[in-house]
Amino acid sequence: MSDNLLSLNGVHTHIGAYHILHGVDLQVARGQLTMLLGRNGAGKTTTLRTIMGLWHASKGRIMFDGQDITAWDTPNIAGLNVAYVPENMGIFSDLTVKENMLLAARKASRTNDMDDARLKWIFTLFPPVEKFWNHPAGKLSGGQKQMLAVARAIVEPRTLLIVDEPSKGLAPAIINNMIDAFAQLKATGTTILLVEQNINFAKRLGDNVAVMDNGQVVHAGAMQELAEDEALQKSLLGLAI
Amino acid sequence: MNLDFDWKPLALVPVLALGVLPFIGSPSTWLTLTVAGLAMGMIIFIIASGLTLVFGLMDVLNFGHGVFIALGAFVATTVLGLMGDWTGSPDLWRNLVAIFPAMLVAMAVSGALGLAFERFIVRPVYGQHLKQILITMGGMIIGEELIKVIWGPAQIALPLPEGLRGAVLMGDAAIEKYRLLAVVVGMIVFAVLAWVLSRTKIGLLIRAGVQDREMVESLGYRIKRLFVGVFVVGSALAGLGGVMWGLYQQNVTPQMGAQVNVLIFIVIIIGGLGSTGGALIGALLVGLMANYTGFLVPKVALFSNIALMVLILLWRPQGVYPVANR
Amino acid sequence: MIKRLLSDDFPRSRMLAVLLVLLLIALAFAPFIFPGVKALNVAAKVLIFIVLVASFDLLLGYTGIVSFAHTMFFGIGAYGIAIATTRMGPTWQALGVGLVSSLAISFVLALLVGLFSLRVRAIFFAMITLAVASAFLTLASQLSDITGGEDGLSFKVPEVLSSSFQLSSTPFLGVSLDGRLLCYYLLFFAALTLLLAMLRIVNSPFGRVLQAIRENEFRAEAIGYRVVVYRTLSSILSALFACLAGAMLALWLRYNGPDTSLSFEIMMDVLLIVVIGGMGTMYGSAIGAALFLVSQSYLQDLLRLGSEAAAPLPWLAALLSPDRWLLWLGVLFVLSVYYFPTGVVGRLRAAALDKPRP
Repeated sequence: MSDNLLSLNGVHTHIGAYHILHGVDLQVARGQLTMLLGRNGAGKTTTLRTIMGLWHASKGRIMFDGQDITAWDTPNIAGLNVAYVPENMGIFSDLTVKENMLLAARKASRTNDMDDARLKWIFTLFPPVEKFWNHPAGKLSGGQKQMLAVARAIVEPRTLLIVDEPSKGLAPAIINNMIDAFAQLKATGTTILLVEQNINFAKRLGDNVAVMDNGQVVHAGAMQELAEDEALQKSLLGLAI
Repeated sequence: MNLDFDWKPLALVPVLALGVLPFIGSPSTWLTLTVAGLAMGMIIFIIASGLTLVFGLMDVLNFGHGVFIALGAFVATTVLGLMGDWTGSPDLWRNLVAIFPAMLVAMAVSGALGLAFERFIVRPVYGQHLKQILITMGGMIIGEELIKVIWGPAQIALPLPEGLRGAVLMGDAAIEKYRLLAVVVGMIVFAVLAWVLSRTKIGLLIRAGVQDREMVESLGYRIKRLFVGVFVVGSALAGLGGVMWGLYQQNVTPQMGAQVNVLIFIVIIIGGLGSTGGALIGALLVGLMANYTGFLVPKVALFSNIALMVLILLWRPQGVYPVANR
Repeated sequence: MIKRLLSDDFPRSRMLAVLLVLLLIALAFAPFIFPGVKALNVAAKVLIFIVLVASFDLLLGYTGIVSFAHTMFFGIGAYGIAIATTRMGPTWQALGVGLVSSLAISFVLALLVGLFSLRVRAIFFAMITLAVASAFLTLASQLSDITGGEDGLSFKVPEVLSSSFQLSSTPFLGVSLDGRLLCYYLLFFAALTLLLAMLRIVNSPFGRVLQAIRENEFRAEAIGYRVVVYRTLSSILSALFACLAGAMLALWLRYNGPDTSLSFEIMMDVLLIVVIGGMGTMYGSAIGAALFLVSQSYLQDLLRLGSEAAAPLPWLAALLSPDRWLLWLGVLFVLSVYYFPTGVVGRLRAAALDKPRP
């Protein structure tokens, strides 16, 4: 088993009076793509937000690359070269596509500093980003915004990419684009933690899988294993993948 | 380049101005009133711009913004009082040399108070709206009383410097010189704000932060520091506005903060919390309205602004330029 | 029977119960225990503020609505009595007319305000009520024909309630049994009744729904309660009680002006009392009002002493000047919001829960 870039141990999260995560144990292996599956309301988004420090764990530990980041603030966690693509995409609609990308490129203070080569690569993955470069991001369609959200997250090389349902509401052709993008990202060595309902993602990209239910991880292991065991799939997810 | 721009709110300003013309009758009176309204509106905008950004960026309701206005005005009385020979001179440039430091000192003092206010009054209650309302009001009362301790509880006159008194004649209309200055200063402030917001990275952060604070933090920016900066700038601008308001009324009272506060709230509600452009439109509308009704039907002046606010809210419940994502 | 009277809303803390009983006795027998005109004035003011603050708590503490227009209804009630008696003479009919018309106006305004509050966000609403309250204050000063403008209206009350009326020529326990005494006891029983009425309201099914809405409006609506209706009703009830408090004020002072009932200071006082006493607890308004008004009256005397003592240091003397009591009140206010968020009542109840049962 390769070493774990990110690991959660016994993480509990409370939001106000609500106890959402009841002791989550999760390992995300370095350089691999781990999928987080589960029904709606299982606690997947909460887990991601807790990792990012948007909500703080009330109990348990989160280790990133050997450091204990449980109590860290969000900007500091992002500073460890972690990128987050939330479920609602987090696009700044009043800013242009270019400004959205610029903001995400932390090392840049002017356009010139964004790595041109990398931008070209991003344009090939997500053509609308180039097409609407100077347009307000709010004018993009849902699918285009989704692409911008991911493009923004990878404008610079990242150590860990945390993505929450990138294919929601996308047309199948675009989903393929998205899957290609993630495949290429994985090839560059980026570790990815992905929450996704779409089966094709799982089949083509998933190395490891963790299934959540009721605020806990109820199954974790290699994707291969889950893909071959239909009974297990049905019991965990209620359907066959 | 924004391809389609929401022009309707901007059109409200000329619509109001022109719509009132038949009621006023004489074009020269109308011109005087309109310039007065624009001047007042610009001053209000200077004060309101800081408050709307503070709310938009950090979701903080500062009901005590008025204290910075009053402080700025009182500081100006002290500074200008010290520069009697410059203000007494009929030379325009000498007057400006006197007013300019008064403005700078007022801004510096208000900004400094803003720093303290953010640290001790606002920061402990981030995220709790009710407490923010209560505490910032308490802060304003404390501030008002401290002003009374330092400067005394009575009204103090703040006469215009010699060279800025009087009016310029345009045909039949008398346009007060000071009001022209106010419009110019207001436009400069707006231009600087607009430039910072659209051309600098800080401006980018502010615009993004107003829309989605969490996402900006997720991108690695310590937005809390930015917020302190915006709060201080907002307070400094309020101080500047206070100086200008004091000169406009030619006197200052400790209660002026609380009085102008109400107008400011009306303005940022009309404009949309978090929108600088909205604040400008709201301020101009309020300024014009106050002057037109002051001339036509003086008794209902404040009510007219409230009526304006209600009408706009019925049209757009979030203000004319609502900031998305909230 | 006590249970029914208090609508099952017990103090839940021995200390609090003791304080409340003491307060009740102090207010009931104030004319006899505390000699002097000033003391009686303070006591009457406490009674009036108990009703005013409790009505505000109904809106803020129980329904979760922040409104700065509350003093407007207080003013309407006071002006109702003032205007009616000024125009119709000091008769009971005048009082009746004044009371009924002010209640009617309050009803309509509260209805409008309540409905409007649902159209806009809470934050907007708070600011708007501030603007409306300011406008109303200006209006009262400007419609001097009706309201007496800045100077206000002085008027007489029905003879029975005035000091010239004597129940008996011999004083009882050192206090003359005159109309003023009767007026005081009218206020006392009015305050008691109104407070108990509000207690009944917040402990009824209606009150429970209000609290549910305060906690989670979305869920309340989802369960099936029409939030619009409840909030508007709460708004109206709160306004009506405030209006009655205003009437009580006018009756006692025999004068009303913009500063007496509509000023921003009064709104701040109400806020301060609600915070110090404890939001969402009717008893909080009682304890808070008593604590606050007593100290307010005597705080100025205290400051005067301090200011004189600090004469050698002019800046300190200026800070401690009795005219600056609002400064210290402001400081107290800010500190209370930080350290006393649940107020006196909340603290006492929490302490009671910590103690092991005997």
